[in-house]
Amino acid sequence: MTASYEARLLELALADERLMVLTAENRAAIRGLPERLGSRFLDTGITEQAMIGIGAGLALRGRIPVAHALAAFLTMRAFEFIRTDVGIPGLPVKLVGAVPGILSEANGPTHQALEDVALMRGVPNLQVFCPADLDDLLIGLPAVIGDERPWYIRYTDRPAVVEHNPTFRPGEAELLMEGDDVAILVYGPLFQEAWQAARRLGETGVSVQLLNLRTLKPVDETAILDAARRTRLLVTIEDHFLTGGLHSIVAELLLRHRLVIPTLPIAFDQRWFTPALLPDVLRIEGLTAASLAGRVMVHYQTLRAA
Amino acid sequence: MGEMTLGELEGLARGVRAHCVRMATGGGCFLGASLSCADLLVFLYTSFLRISPERLADPERDYFLLSKGHDAPALYGTLAELGYFPIARLAAHLRPEDALYWHPNRRVPGVEFHSGSLGHLLSVGAGIAYDIKLRGGQNRVVVLLGDGELNEGSIWETLLVARAKELGNLIIVVDRNQFQANARTESLIPLEPLAAKFEAFGCWCAEVDGHDFLALGRRFTLLPARSRQPLVVIANTIRGKGLPSIEARADRWFCNFTPDEVERLLQELEGGLAAPLTSPELVVR
Repeated sequence: MTASYEARLLELALADERLMVLTAENRAAIRGLPERLGSRFLDTGITEQAMIGIGAGLALRGRIPVAHALAAFLTMRAFEFIRTDVGIPGLPVKLVGAVPGILSEANGPTHQALEDVALMRGVPNLQVFCPADLDDLLIGLPAVIGDERPWYIRYTDRPAVVEHNPTFRPGEAELLMEGDDVAILVYGPLFQEAWQAARRLGETGVSVQLLNLRTLKPVDETAILDAARRTRLLVTIEDHFLTGGLHSIVAELLLRHRLVIPTLPIAFDQRWFTPALLPDVLRIEGLTAASLAGRVMVHYQTLRAA
Repeated sequence: MGEMTLGELEGLARGVRAHCVRMATGGGCFLGASLSCADLLVFLYTSFLRISPERLADPERDYFLLSKGHDAPALYGTLAELGYFPIARLAAHLRPEDALYWHPNRRVPGVEFHSGSLGHLLSVGAGIAYDIKLRGGQNRVVVLLGDGELNEGSIWETLLVARAKELGNLIIVVDRNQFQANARTESLIPLEPLAAKFEAFGCWCAEVDGHDFLALGRRFTLLPARSRQPLVVIANTIRGKGLPSIEARADRWFCNFTPDEVERLLQELEGGLAAPLTSPELVVR
């Protein structure tokens, strides 16, 4: 497998003249591309709004712009440009948000994109890809860039701890564990901790179903409904505000199907997280595998006792 | 269409203004601003832009983007007069079954991109211009901005990029009618010295009387060729131009007249007396 996002993006760009790489001076993941792509690499400077408008203009000319910026500034500073110039016409602009969620580490709340999924999925036409790790990102990238719709890509470079299903389809979750007691639904950078937590729970005799959602829009409704019907507790784990993310998606879906079931949403409820390096964030916020497993176990046992 | 005589251009512009006036009833429209840019649109579409109803899919065409989207009536009127769609279709203004609403969109033939939210289409135009340059094309991108619209930070953000990328094929026309929605620009958020601002951002800049077809012809004929700077033409205009009863009045921006007032305004447009207007003033949408 290609080792890096940059290499995969370059491959796609070399195979398709229409692809252009844009950035609002966020080059961390694409440092080598200016040299390789020449004028098909466009750094607009620290101008998220202008970059999105320019991306729309390029798309009108038949290009496929892949636009990079920090997730917080891409989805919020430029939100109205995304909604108006990309969302309304449904132009195939791909928005890559860097260091979303807990990946912003010690930057502080200015940089914490914890509402990016809520904002992006709320825009008609815009699709949302939230890979679990770098491998998952690389597996999904060709399909997402090749799709004719606009997409938000919640970038992550966390290393994979599992071998992912190489078949990627928008709206199709990846089933990693089968189980009947607890379903854990997860996306994005917390996949690693969720997977380890699921294994711990399994070792203690709890039968866990683990789903990596991959795309949150379209979302795999069938997989979520199956998990809800089959298990006794549905857990959502996300590095996102409680409002508008996976928990909300699940709640909307279950309500539509008149399903009322026990859930445990793990998310940030009306607050930002403590700025720190990633291991400290995970520890302080109770998001390590051990903490997650413990939280799920307590909730599950309370349910069984009731 | 560079062959039109001055009389023909003026006649066409009068026709466009009449369409705008007819749209200022039954719900109304942004009449004042539409009248300030009517001559600019007529000039650009007939005498400058290399575009026609037959060339709408031609990648070599010039692009026109109306960034101040509330001037839609002037754009609809111009496009209809020039055959982009039947003039009769203008009667569908604000009807839900058609797409001729208060801001332009691509369901209207000839409209390159939707607008309405100010400060957007300069960046969209810069993207188009960048691609044209990348492909070695000779076509130009003309973006019409309002002067009030220049309050938006995204305009200046995009100018920085356009200068850096040497988008000399990007031509900005400012409809300098001295007004924003409710107030004179110079009394609310002063823009002057405006040309110096554009020049400080690395643009080539010139001014012209936006209602004088001969001056417009001279100005646009003499635009620098193969420029490495974005080009800016500040067109000095009068809001409500052509209708003395509403000219340069801050309270006649969005207008919704009675059918009788529309008839009188149409007479005024043809040189009749100023129409007495009793409709509520300053309907801000």
